[in-house]
Amino acid sequence: MTDITPEIVREHGLSDAEYAKVKELMGREPNLVELGIFSVMWSEHCSYKSTRAHLRKLPTKAPWVLQGPGENAGVIDIGDGDAAIFKMESHNHPSFIEPYQGAATGVGGIMRDVFTMGARPIAMMNALRFGEPDHPKTRHLVSGVVSGIGGYGNCMGVPTVGGEVNFHRSYNGNILVNAMCVGLAKTDKIFKSAAEGAGNPVVYVGSKTGRDGIHGATMASAEFSEDSEEKRPTVQVGDPFTEKLLLEACLELMATDAIIAIQDMGAAGLTSSSAEMADKGGSGIELDLDHVPQRETHMTAYDMMLSESQERMLAVLKPGREGEAERIFKKWELDFAVIGKTTDTGRLVVKHEGKVVADIPVPALSDAAPVYQRPFTHRAPKAQTFAIDENRPVAESLLKLMNTADLCSRRWIWEQYDQTVMNDTVQSPGGDAAVVRVHGTKKGLGITTDVTPRYCKADPFEGAKQAVAEAYRNLSAVGAKPLAVTDNLNFGNPEKAEIMGEIVAGIDGIGEACRALDFPVISGNCSLYNETNGEGILPTPAIGGVGLLKDVDRMATIAFRREGDAIILIGETKGHLGQSLYLREIEGREEGAAPPVDLAAEKRNGEFVRGLIESGHVKTAHDVSDGGLLVAIAEMAMAHKIGTHIALPEGAKAVPFLFGEDQARYVLAAPQHEARRIVAEANAAGVPALLLGMTGGDKIVIEDPANSRQIGHVGLHTLIRAHESWFPRYMGGEEIPLTN
Amino acid sequence: MKSAVVVFPGSNCDRDAATALEQLTGEKPHMAWHADPSLPDVDLIVLPGGFAYGDYLRCGAMAAQSPIMRDVKKKADDGVALLGICNGFQVLTETGLLPGALIRNADLRFVCRPVALEVDETQSIFTRRYSKGERVVFPVAHGEGNYVADEETLNRLEGEGRVAFRYAPGDNPNGSARNIAGILSEKRNVLGLMPHPERVCDPLLGGTDGVALFKSLIETLS
Repeated sequence: MTDITPEIVREHGLSDAEYAKVKELMGREPNLVELGIFSVMWSEHCSYKSTRAHLRKLPTKAPWVLQGPGENAGVIDIGDGDAAIFKMESHNHPSFIEPYQGAATGVGGIMRDVFTMGARPIAMMNALRFGEPDHPKTRHLVSGVVSGIGGYGNCMGVPTVGGEVNFHRSYNGNILVNAMCVGLAKTDKIFKSAAEGAGNPVVYVGSKTGRDGIHGATMASAEFSEDSEEKRPTVQVGDPFTEKLLLEACLELMATDAIIAIQDMGAAGLTSSSAEMADKGGSGIELDLDHVPQRETHMTAYDMMLSESQERMLAVLKPGREGEAERIFKKWELDFAVIGKTTDTGRLVVKHEGKVVADIPVPALSDAAPVYQRPFTHRAPKAQTFAIDENRPVAESLLKLMNTADLCSRRWIWEQYDQTVMNDTVQSPGGDAAVVRVHGTKKGLGITTDVTPRYCKADPFEGAKQAVAEAYRNLSAVGAKPLAVTDNLNFGNPEKAEIMGEIVAGIDGIGEACRALDFPVISGNCSLYNETNGEGILPTPAIGGVGLLKDVDRMATIAFRREGDAIILIGETKGHLGQSLYLREIEGREEGAAPPVDLAAEKRNGEFVRGLIESGHVKTAHDVSDGGLLVAIAEMAMAHKIGTHIALPEGAKAVPFLFGEDQARYVLAAPQHEARRIVAEANAAGVPALLLGMTGGDKIVIEDPANSRQIGHVGLHTLIRAHESWFPRYMGGEEIPLTN
Repeated sequence: MKSAVVVFPGSNCDRDAATALEQLTGEKPHMAWHADPSLPDVDLIVLPGGFAYGDYLRCGAMAAQSPIMRDVKKKADDGVALLGICNGFQVLTETGLLPGALIRNADLRFVCRPVALEVDETQSIFTRRYSKGERVVFPVAHGEGNYVADEETLNRLEGEGRVAFRYAPGDNPNGSARNIAGILSEKRNVLGLMPHPERVCDPLLGGTDGVALFKSLIETLS
């Protein structure tokens, strides 16, 4: 057997101190298989060693939360015995190296996390960040990631219903691919991963094990450098067809009562699934690798324990139920093998070719894994000191903004995703939140993913609050009551005090916002070390929010529906231009403070808007976010090609009023008589509300009543062309000017 | 009208087809597993969308060899109505029940969006409730929907009134020859089409233009 040298320990990503702790826990030198197991279980990716101490501060409970963080996915009660199960997870590093397979297996992995709990996946979302558009790799990465997400999700027959995409140079060497899956189950048929009891059969189902993805979890726990391309062999290859069979077979088995525990083999494959199941069940597990279905010959125990081959699951069955389970998996033409049993020893014992090749106390891989209180420094948030050209024509600025990488239409992307399979997509991409009906009912789930990384860079705490607040707003804007979130924390190297400061402030910001908005965190994932050659990404704590509509007939969309409706602005406008897209795209500067988030106002305004939608009084609503008020109004006008006349309120300055990114705001449209009543009701409820103008015509016209003049207008036809053309032209290889 | 939906490994619009059939006929269709030796006696057989056998090798190629397809072919030859949607259309061309082939979309990308169609032929059990030239909107969702056939076959299809649906001019999403979206068999009891009528049978889901297709069948076959 190989001697464990300091070089081998370093190659496994363990520090000297960590290796000393391994020896202490083992009471001896580990062998190579054991070292490999420790290396993946103690990796940042699996152990959350830098963030665990801080994640504990997040609110995770509410009366409707059935399962918080700690399982494969979180679960909420949505009434009538129905449960929604969801989680978001990153596949950043593999997607940069091999965009199609990296993104595809990211989708596959998160779907398994959801269906391993007994849910049928009903919707996929994603949050993508790419480098600047004119970086030589960006086009290739966009193309590969989008077709990878589509290739997997489309084949699975689960609709991809929305997401978000940003471009920024900080992601040039380290893109982010975060995928979220939402599933449905019955509250009394939820499956967990605690391998309880001794002597129960441990079964392996799904695809065969190959040498792909060995050490993926370790790769995801280190910075990139120039030679990252060489890591291509550690990226797994996805097979969505097999996953579809695995989904149907698992759901068929779950309809019986043969399962004690089940978990997907994701990062760190057989190692983490067996160790985590034993740990949660307070038991031990004994595996005999000779029975593992293998795709390649001469695989070693090390290869098998660390392989990240896709589309595999590990389950613990009730004794005697193996035959019944095997029949189901054979019907679906999948591998099925009993590869071990649970024990009462509290140890993970691995045998291969008649010999014990690993014997580790289970707690050494979980509870005893290192937890770091890494030093951190909080940077002073950026302050707002900049001047703007007040006289710049607003219509030209709007037209230019709608044709930028961050604000243009994403149609080129989402048309490559099957958005409507399963016949329940009530609101598809292009709105504030997707809405997917609970099959066979009137209920719907609102789903959104949000974060504004440039705010997080300027102020990690306020930026993280804003991500949660925007998710809350997007759900409220369709009429969904926000229920819970999943978080996907993408940051740089936590061993740098400043980055660790961003992480801590980000988690604190999420915690504060989730507490204030009754919007607990029920699942999540951390992706750290998102750096290439020492350059970190913008802090990107992506939030996936889920809310409930009691009746999908009472839902709002962003589109103006008819001419002559009044336009109402809800929320206070101070004209905050710091970190706005206007400042970046029009003035060419990334400056100023992130917009402050008043959580009490978010709650008050959100509840007010939701009430109007639930009572059927409002069918058109849109939250105001990137680009500010005029961009929101333009999006509402373009949706059904109905124009609008709006007027600045008295004393308002055009640029800050129209393009400021103040939070807690919505634009509504309603018939005139309703509108006056809505404004009066809002004011009575302490919610700022303002009549802005009327829908109609084929232009967006902006007036300033102070000097009774038109200060700008733009035709919808021109606007739509600007909005729709950027992406196809860019992907078609046409020259696109630098936008950030 | 009694109906059956064939489920191949990798089918994923089987539930959607079943939901639409149940909603419009009031009766649950029989769900037939690809390995079954035969189908029960039904008035309509549906080959649903999806990725049968992962669409490995060629779309629909392996599904065309499934055990149940022998009985499907026999029943189609006997005149039973057979509807292949999307992947089902691909299976039909692979079995030879319909002529031509479906190759990768002209721009090589998967496309999912509502498209405008024109009903080109109303003399069929599938389209009699539409009017000639009527515009309908069905969604498409496919990567390989580009219909190709030799000139002679295309001329024959047109000459015999077997082009049931065409993409409206300017809205051809995949490069299909002569804007063909759906074709009938010689005996006119088999229809294959790439767009999804079963996804537009509910006003909440963006339209009800697909209802008339199923109503045409119900009217004729019940």
